[in-house]
Amino acid sequence: MSDSAKALDGEPADIHPSDRLLRRFVITNRAALGSLLVLVLMLLIFFTANPRVFSTWNLYTSVMTTLPVALFMTVPLVFVVTAGEIDLSFPATFGFASLAFAVVVQAGFDPFLAIVAAVAVGTLLGFGTGALVVYAGLSSLVATLGMNFMLRGAILILTQSKSIAMPQLSSSLAFKVFSSTLFGVPVQMFWAIAFVVFCALLYNRHRFGAQVHVVGDNPDSANEMGINVNLVRVKVFAFMGFGAALAGVCSTMINFTWWPTSGDGYLLPVIASVFVGGTPTWGGVGTVFGGAIGATTVAFIQTGIVGAGLSGFYVQFFNGLIIILSLLGHRWNQIRYR
Amino acid sequence: MAEHLIELRNITKSYGSVYALGGVSLHVDRGEVVGLLGDNGAGKSTLIKILAGVIKPTSGEIVIEGKVVSNWNPARSRAAGIETVFQDRALAVQQSIVRNVFMGRELAGRFGWLKARQQVEEAARLMREIGFTSKVFSPRSIVGQLSGGERQGVAIARAILKEANLIVLDEPTTALSLTETAKVFHFVRQVRAAGHSIIFIGHNIHHVYDIAERFVVIDRGKLAMEKPKAEVGSVHELIQFMENVARPRRAQMGEMA
Repeated sequence: MSDSAKALDGEPADIHPSDRLLRRFVITNRAALGSLLVLVLMLLIFFTANPRVFSTWNLYTSVMTTLPVALFMTVPLVFVVTAGEIDLSFPATFGFASLAFAVVVQAGFDPFLAIVAAVAVGTLLGFGTGALVVYAGLSSLVATLGMNFMLRGAILILTQSKSIAMPQLSSSLAFKVFSSTLFGVPVQMFWAIAFVVFCALLYNRHRFGAQVHVVGDNPDSANEMGINVNLVRVKVFAFMGFGAALAGVCSTMINFTWWPTSGDGYLLPVIASVFVGGTPTWGGVGTVFGGAIGATTVAFIQTGIVGAGLSGFYVQFFNGLIIILSLLGHRWNQIRYR
Repeated sequence: MAEHLIELRNITKSYGSVYALGGVSLHVDRGEVVGLLGDNGAGKSTLIKILAGVIKPTSGEIVIEGKVVSNWNPARSRAAGIETVFQDRALAVQQSIVRNVFMGRELAGRFGWLKARQQVEEAARLMREIGFTSKVFSPRSIVGQLSGGERQGVAIARAILKEANLIVLDEPTTALSLTETAKVFHFVRQVRAAGHSIIFIGHNIHHVYDIAERFVVIDRGKLAMEKPKAEVGSVHELIQFMENVARPRRAQMGEMA
């Protein structure tokens, strides 16, 4: 016990312990808190613009129905960016994994089994993409872009661009567990929150997260200290595939239908969410909660613009405006040490 | 004859017909600071890479506490308690001190979850041990906020994490100011006081003279001098010697030009 008291010697002694905790909390989470500020400000502006619409619960339910899909992808992408890489292939992985889900459900198997199949397919595709990037020494930006086209093309060839409807899903237990409503909130929102919290712990309090940070920060040093840098990199791509599969299943369960284009629309919003959330582009640092808040911000823009009474034509413009404003804001938080 | 902690016997290293090292012997005893000097290309880095197991010597023996070790490699070097702090970029500067100290050897419990508190306490202990007493920084501070000398301190703390016997510091004070160099010296003295041995490699003869107790000078792959501080006398004599070592080569280059 006396040992732990002594261990604090290295910390400033003139600051009250609670101040120190609060200060540390603010400093370590400043990127996420900054993103939260952007979200709150944006919602306040929307609310002032049209208080009637923004006090109806329906508006929030509709956002929370699709937000989980984005969360399942944004958070793993924070890991990828922290490791110093980027993945543009997750929309096609999303499509492929949810295709596996749809095919297994169509074949008459239990949707739970279909979920397992989808997750396996997604993780495996992520692993394959990662192995290609890492062991062939390709640029992740270009190689994953190629993978995205190739996998999407494979989907179109395999299905002849036909969608798959699964009305039987609505009566399944899996639907109740993953896609119904609880206390007026879409139940997938609770799963997504659990996923975000788990990932934040993985990111900050697990050996994997620690190694992802170090590999993104200084791969040479990580290698010298005995970390298998390539394996860590492959793992983040596999994790991205895992998240894309969850997102694919979640999206398919909401719609009862699988489309050959499913996942495509998420590429840019998900990438934007990571950076709006306060993760810088250069690797080594990032924030899982910030990413989740970024995804929420991006999800609210469209609903908010229309809800505030502007025409849909404004959506793109405000999407861009929020991204630029967030990046300008984060410049103050993101100090790049060399 | 007393057993040395670590001894390199008659080490040679050749690349084809070119000898990088032509039979160098070097020993380190417990708790001493050896200053390793030599011009660029003299073979200093080849020697310490052999010691770290990164390069295999062409011939020669590596002897740990009196026992000849065969199949010397990085794992055996580390198992023998040899930790090398390579020149620059050894740290992940956007990460905390704790994360750097435990890089690749995280203290983790079941399923890989980190023992965060234990890591912070252990890092704080190591920082105290090397005399890193700044009140401004805690183990959770980001390395990028530290000065050059303090960063070397973190690298040294990381080196002694696993009860290292011998710490090899490759040019730890190059590009550092006087104040920062003094900090590194302070860390080195603390580490030696704790019983670790050190090989201190440097370009700056004054730095090496100040910190080391015994000097080894290598020139063109050969041992040019090996003397304890008492026999060297003063830093000027050491500088004089280094200049004499360098002179024949300058003369040769003059003839060629």
